Amino acid sequence: MSLLEIKNLHASVNGNEILKGIDLTVNPGEVHSIMGPNGSGKSTLAQVLARRESYEVTAGSITFEGKDLLEMKPEDAACEGLFMAFQYPVEIPGISNAYFLRAALNAVLKYRGQDEMDAIDFLPLLKEKMRMLEMDERFLNRPVNEGFSGGEKKRNEIVQMAVLEPKLAVLDETDSGLDIDALKIVAKGVNAMRNKNRAMVLVTHYQRLLDYIVPDFVHVLVNGRIVKSGGPELALELEEKGYSWTEPELAGKR
Amino acid sequence: MITATQAPEKYLEIFDQLNKRTSAVQPLWLQSLREDAFARFSETGFPTTHDEDWRFTNVGAVASTPFELAGHDAVSREQLEPFGASQFDCCLVFVNGLFSQELSAVPVLPKGLTVGSLAAQLKNDPASVEQHLGQYLNTQRDAFAALNTSLIEDGVYVYVPRGVVVETPIYVLYVTVPGAAPTMNHPRNLIVVHENSQVTVVEDYVSLGEGITFSNAVTELVAGDNANVSHYMIVREGEQAYNFSTLRIQQGRHANVATHSLLLSGALVRNNVHPVLAGEGSECLINGLFMANGRQHMDNYMLVEHASPHCNSRQFYNGILNGQSHGVFHGRIIVHKDAQKTDAKQTNRNLLLSDDAQIDTKPQLEIYADDVKCTHGATIGQFDDNALFYLRSRGLAEAAARHVLLLAFANECLDRMNSPQIREHLEKLVVSGMPEASYSGVRLAEGAERNWEEVG
Repeated sequence: MSLLEIKNLHASVNGNEILKGIDLTVNPGEVHSIMGPNGSGKSTLAQVLARRESYEVTAGSITFEGKDLLEMKPEDAACEGLFMAFQYPVEIPGISNAYFLRAALNAVLKYRGQDEMDAIDFLPLLKEKMRMLEMDERFLNRPVNEGFSGGEKKRNEIVQMAVLEPKLAVLDETDSGLDIDALKIVAKGVNAMRNKNRAMVLVTHYQRLLDYIVPDFVHVLVNGRIVKSGGPELALELEEKGYSWTEPELAGKR
Repeated sequence: MITATQAPEKYLEIFDQLNKRTSAVQPLWLQSLREDAFARFSETGFPTTHDEDWRFTNVGAVASTPFELAGHDAVSREQLEPFGASQFDCCLVFVNGLFSQELSAVPVLPKGLTVGSLAAQLKNDPASVEQHLGQYLNTQRDAFAALNTSLIEDGVYVYVPRGVVVETPIYVLYVTVPGAAPTMNHPRNLIVVHENSQVTVVEDYVSLGEGITFSNAVTELVAGDNANVSHYMIVREGEQAYNFSTLRIQQGRHANVATHSLLLSGALVRNNVHPVLAGEGSECLINGLFMANGRQHMDNYMLVEHASPHCNSRQFYNGILNGQSHGVFHGRIIVHKDAQKTDAKQTNRNLLLSDDAQIDTKPQLEIYADDVKCTHGATIGQFDDNALFYLRSRGLAEAAARHVLLLAFANECLDRMNSPQIREHLEKLVVSGMPEASYSGVRLAEGAERNWEEVG
């Protein structure tokens, strides 16, 4: 059984149809990259997967391990093993990173019927993951994302992913705004988590990320539809030619 | 209809009663201080909403209720146990405003330090009290302060001599015991901290049972040069309790005072905080959290006076309003002519958890110096949908995510408290008082969130 199965997905935001029939199958262990120009629907797809309620699914289906994802609340999807690294991580003043992450992990553990972790057991785990992302320990007690730089926020997302160990991670433009050093650190963290059971969907505008996290499949999303799929070489082609060739209408205007 | 001038008449009888009881024990200067204050109160009466300082708070119910002075009441240690005050080594208990020796525990204290009852101090050494009592409070402009002064009988007395660091927090529990008929009490506290000294005082106002009561406390806090004082104010009285308090702080040179308020319950709560930064280079932190439910009304009136150069004040008040409750934050800052290089900041943030909850927030800056930095900002909003979604996307159920966000909001205030023991105690009170949000999920007008910041 595939991990994620998207069939003929149509989705709207405020009555505007953004996704116009997406089909995508992701199996355990695979890394897929979804690329496309701004406004093509990449982030909408990521938000729909994370179950954001303001995105309305008008047709089609999504199953996650055979279960109907569209019936799940965001927290249920998370507990089932779906993780989204946000393009714009939210700042939550007043709650420390450590408290937040332990609350999250315990919610997931509880959902799975496993024992919750106390602070004493949790702290070494979190520290280890933070070291992997080269984050200073002072971030443990800092309020969630508050006053973090763009790069620190993105690294913090990957720390969260490392703690929660999802089956499917959706990375929404995790590379945007990162300098090359931060990008390498993030990529190292993501690569360390690749294994035969875990799948990833990298949503990105730039091919640069794929130099460091090499995907198994690349899909090009234009105007709410996947117009082309291929291997990692497709990303290089995009880098060279830009996006215009993928869209016959756009190409014709050249 | 009750008018402002009618109400105080019945208080004359009460004033006379108290005079009979205290004339033998109270010194003459105190009697005249009380008489002057009573004359003032008789003249002004209770304020009405036409008074700018009381625009958002109607005290008609207090003015029209025939309160009697509450007397001694038998209270046992076991009855007080749930309030959690006994975990503090130094804990003084006042029942209906009167000191209870048998319920209090005062450990061995550094030499020269006095912690006890004002009534006792007035008996033992009235001159030490005369120097400060009523010297800072303005009874002209506040009827409640005038009423309190006219009915002075007892309260906590803390005296810290020069150069003494008091490590143990001084916890003062004020227990109101409602009677069959409405009762009132008027605790009067005096905290004098001399040069280079340090102390922490907690005032905690609680009710033992339900009934109509009126607590009207005044605290005068004098922080000498370079003194460091932490003050905490907890109000968690009953559902039919009217709780009024005025904290008047007088700061010397480089004195550093932090006052933290936590308002958790009461039918009507009015929290006046009035620091005067009189000495050059003094600093004041005014930190507060108010959580109102049901039909509770909580009014925070801040008056921060900068009277000397190079002083720094920080006001942070967070409000959580649920049900049909009404919150008020009135933040007034006065920068006097000579107070150059003043740095004053004020922030009031409010969370409305229900469609019927209401907040009035009003900054008021009066600046008479020309080289100052004053900023103020206020926000009124509901749960941040992005933050809720973020938490839920990490596995927290919606109710848990709301709880975390409420705790986060409260933590902004709790994190400014530097005593771990008190902070932990207060955090427990906050968590147990946390409302289950009855938010309907329907956003009010998009313009419900306001933001402003000004530099003057």
